[in-house]
Amino acid sequence: MKFLSLRLWLVAGLVAALSVEQALANEGKLLATGGVSSIEGSGGGGLVPWATTATYAEKNQWGVTANANFADVDDFQLGVQSVNFSYDNRIEVSFAKQRLGLNTIGGALKQDIFGVKVRVLGDLIYGDLPQFSLGLQHKRNQSFALPAAVGAHDDTGTDIYASVAKAWLAGPFDRTWVANYTLRATKANQLGLLGFGGDKNNDYSYMSEASVAMFLNRHWLVGAEYRQKPDNLGFVREYDWRDVFVGWFPNKSVALVVAYVDLKSVAGLPDQTGAYASLQISF
Amino acid sequence: MLSVKKALFGALLLLSVAPSSALSSELYQQLGKKAGIDQLMTTFVFAIAEDERVIEHFARVDIERFHQMISQHVCELVGGPCRYEGADMVEVHTGMAITRAEFNAIVENLIHAMEQEQVPLSAQNQLLAILAQFHGDIVGK
Repeated sequence: MKFLSLRLWLVAGLVAALSVEQALANEGKLLATGGVSSIEGSGGGGLVPWATTATYAEKNQWGVTANANFADVDDFQLGVQSVNFSYDNRIEVSFAKQRLGLNTIGGALKQDIFGVKVRVLGDLIYGDLPQFSLGLQHKRNQSFALPAAVGAHDDTGTDIYASVAKAWLAGPFDRTWVANYTLRATKANQLGLLGFGGDKNNDYSYMSEASVAMFLNRHWLVGAEYRQKPDNLGFVREYDWRDVFVGWFPNKSVALVVAYVDLKSVAGLPDQTGAYASLQISF
Repeated sequence: MLSVKKALFGALLLLSVAPSSALSSELYQQLGKKAGIDQLMTTFVFAIAEDERVIEHFARVDIERFHQMISQHVCELVGGPCRYEGADMVEVHTGMAITRAEFNAIVENLIHAMEQEQVPLSAQNQLLAILAQFHGDIVGK
């Protein structure tokens, strides 16, 4: 029922976004330079937050995006709904609700994520300096019974990250390329869905996350991402995640990403590979 | 696992030394030489004229001269046998207070013009990369 209403809401939003086309003022950035929304609500790729601010808002403009992400791997289904506000191509505020359905084990894990990101210096496209941003993701687990039972310490946690992103208009093969590197300090187990800290390690870990992508033309982007993950729980080892993706940016109102994700072994269940899709509507 | 990370890091390094405009005279050919550039700039100027986001900046501009100067400048920048005789970009744009959004609007007009003139994507990207270098000379002056 909940998913049905979400779908209706998204369809309504999509129709609205397509009908207003590019009539809004808050679209000062170039097509696709707002990126999409990551699984934690922050503007980025799919698995990795980027230094870019979501939406097309340039200096003195504001923008809003509504997003839905969905991943379906062998034993789990991750659903994310998020909204993202940005102003001035400078600050981004996001809110995301995550739900991980445990098909094999039964039940679901949930958390809410409040995000903020500030572009500190540089620019994705222009000038010598790449775009450099700092961000926070404050996560509140809403289903802590299972995480507590497997050794997680806290039901809330805050990730801190620094991201650097750069686009090359005429990179290799005379195509436009974009790369992002994010360094994250985190205590989150499986994004925080399994709580924060644990019996094996209860300190912050510094994790590397990277994305590289190439525009086939103005509307189609192909790329890959890698996300290192901490390993705090004794009951089972946590693995790094990766994906390859295709993004479609038909106009500044809509972006669609599909990906093949490899989450390795999650909660002791091996070979978690599958499909990922993300839809973003910009207002 | 580690090797994937190394490969990604390698790819990032590779990207950071990507070539800029070493093949610029080839770019001049790809743009259709002088006649092609003139035609492209005509389409570009028409695109600007229809764009209410930026048209105010062109209200008192001699469009014929603007077309001549920008064609000449682009021809020179892409390695063609032209010499740009106009003022430098900082001087031209000082006092105009062009915003980042307006600069991007002009970039979009150029992209539309290049698509309309069926400029190959590789040539489009090379020209955009060359012109993007003037961002700092043009915006906020």
